[in-house]
Amino acid sequence: MAEQPMLAVAGVTTFYGAIQALHGVDLEVARGEIVALIGANGAGKSTLLMTICGSPRASGGAVRLDGEDITALPTHEIVRRGVAQVPEGRRIFPRMSVFENLQMGATLGVPAHFAHDLERVFTMFPRLAERRDQRGGTLSGGEQQMLAIGRALMSRPRLLLLDEPSLGLAPLIVRQIFEVIGRIAREEGVTIFLVEQNAYHALRLADRGYVLANGRVRLSGAGRELLANAEVRAAYLEGGHA
Amino acid sequence: MRLPAMLKDAGLTAFVAAALGIFIVGFRTVDVGSSKGLSFDYHFADLAVAVVTIFLGRLGLSLAAAGLRWPAIALGAVMVAAGASPLTLPSGFLHWFVALGGVLLLIRAVWPWANDAVTLATRTPSGVALKDAGTKWFGWLLLAGAVLLPFTPVADQKTMDLAVLILTYVMLGWGLNIVVGLAGLLDLGYVAFYAVGAYAYALLSTQHGLGFWTVLPLAGMMAALFGVLLGFPVLRLRGDYLAIVTLGFGEIIRLVILNWVDLTNGPAGIGSIPGPTLFGAVFAETPPAGKQTVSQMLGISFDGIHRLIFLYYIILVLALITNLFTQRMRRLPVGRAWEALREDETACRALGINPTNTKLTAFAIGAMFAGFAGSFFAAKQRFISPESFVFIESAIILAIVVLGGMGSQIGVVLAAVLLIGLPEWFRDLGNYRMLAFGLAMVLIMVFRPRGLVAHREPSLRLHPNRPAGGG
Repeated sequence: MAEQPMLAVAGVTTFYGAIQALHGVDLEVARGEIVALIGANGAGKSTLLMTICGSPRASGGAVRLDGEDITALPTHEIVRRGVAQVPEGRRIFPRMSVFENLQMGATLGVPAHFAHDLERVFTMFPRLAERRDQRGGTLSGGEQQMLAIGRALMSRPRLLLLDEPSLGLAPLIVRQIFEVIGRIAREEGVTIFLVEQNAYHALRLADRGYVLANGRVRLSGAGRELLANAEVRAAYLEGGHA
Repeated sequence: MRLPAMLKDAGLTAFVAAALGIFIVGFRTVDVGSSKGLSFDYHFADLAVAVVTIFLGRLGLSLAAAGLRWPAIALGAVMVAAGASPLTLPSGFLHWFVALGGVLLLIRAVWPWANDAVTLATRTPSGVALKDAGTKWFGWLLLAGAVLLPFTPVADQKTMDLAVLILTYVMLGWGLNIVVGLAGLLDLGYVAFYAVGAYAYALLSTQHGLGFWTVLPLAGMMAALFGVLLGFPVLRLRGDYLAIVTLGFGEIIRLVILNWVDLTNGPAGIGSIPGPTLFGAVFAETPPAGKQTVSQMLGISFDGIHRLIFLYYIILVLALITNLFTQRMRRLPVGRAWEALREDETACRALGINPTNTKLTAFAIGAMFAGFAGSFFAAKQRFISPESFVFIESAIILAIVVLGGMGSQIGVVLAAVLLIGLPEWFRDLGNYRMLAFGLAMVLIMVFRPRGLVAHREPSLRLHPNRPAGGG
């Protein structure tokens, strides 16, 4: 990778009070890539994603976006630099309609782009178009995940961070969601960094992957390579997959 | 529940009531003279009536819950009749107690029925149309009624006074609704900003001779400034912590006003505050030096009610401005951000919203409207003292917002009419009016647990043929 990576995480350590969650994590995401971060419960995946977003703040190391150090910036400033986040548990606004949720996603966007971007999201997720006046909280889990992704896309991000998009969804819906994530990367040119427990789907989709264990990067490599790796298979894939 | 079980349950309730009541109601100590000290006075008849009422009431509630509507209604009717009858009960209070218990039971028995009937009616085509028209036109009808009120025969001194009072609380409720209802920040010290506005006008008018219309915007800005000053340090806090700090802030403002005697005249308050003028003319029987009265200007005979009607229209316009402003804000990005913040702060940050600034604007704008209302209050009362800005005022305004259904504009109006109007209308009940007031509040929370108007109108819809409602 001669080109400067879009996102570079260098030696990041993060603490929750006295408990150290990340022990010097290094990873990079190049422009246009899909990178997956897999690992068991409590490995520090979500912590890493949230550290990239500035909350909690890294106590050591650096997070760089296109070379700019964003380690110490507050979340909303990081988002302003073209990073959109699909948070864990989706976190849509339950009392607001689908349309209003998407409007909220466009808070940072250019108003003139709104109609076009809305159309783009509705084309990607026709279900959302059908339910545009329905309250977010009354949608099914899969629809809420679509809404969370659609909302994140409304700001025209350069980098999309997804935290466990498959969480609590039926296998069929999981497949659909991953298919859409692939399309966002390939058709829209959005760089994607994805945190997943569902190693099979994540690694099949990703260009490259990292395996996180106990707050350290254990393995890294091309998605297919990791999928074939004996250690990964033993730890994250045996016992059937979706 | 079968009848024996119901009787057992009612008996148990009556037993608990008797056990608790025997010390509170049954015995009373009386002073029998300086040498003999205290002796007991026995009120077992009172206790017996209360316990029987509780037994019947509990039985009636069980019957109603089991779907035995008619026995419950009959029981309620008997209780009302007994309470209202000339039959001598040991005290006047017991008449009220029995009658109100009966009313409660009747409402409970009839409620599911009425509810079903209403639900059924709204499903029929004409019912749907009526409901749509109702929600659409209700606000406008209310507004028309408010505008025409001074010209109706009911508009005497007492009614207009009450109307001005209610509208003041409607305005305060709408202002606090921005903070609590929209932005979801629990503010228990809202009255502080009301006080800032009131003292700003009182001081600027009595000491610097500024008029109401000059000071009004200044008072609003002053209150907004205090909102920002308070907001900066505390808006990082959430929920309970924020509530406690705002509660403290409300008290601090009151204590400063109370103790800074040089500036505020302390507990004695500030008097002879000039009222608002109409194009420079004052509302008075005899004109002060160098000014003319409104009756002279208009060539009509003096009547004390003119001043009240003028005040009424001022507060009506101020309240409407608050409402219009809020409705506009809800459609703007910052207003939407307030609502989003109430729903999920973490998600808001993930969307690039600066939560501190967003909360600060809500806080400052809410405070600004309290400042306007405060300076109106000072101009209306012509005398203010720290006693008008105690915590109970904050609590009442908050109750208006919560009972109205957080974030609902029309709900605030209904709740203000209920909460401010009821205690005034019930004044004939004497000491029992607060009991009736409490009962009304309990009833609202039992039957409309999410507020009078719990439905939230989307701020915007996509279909142009279905415009956003008045909310």
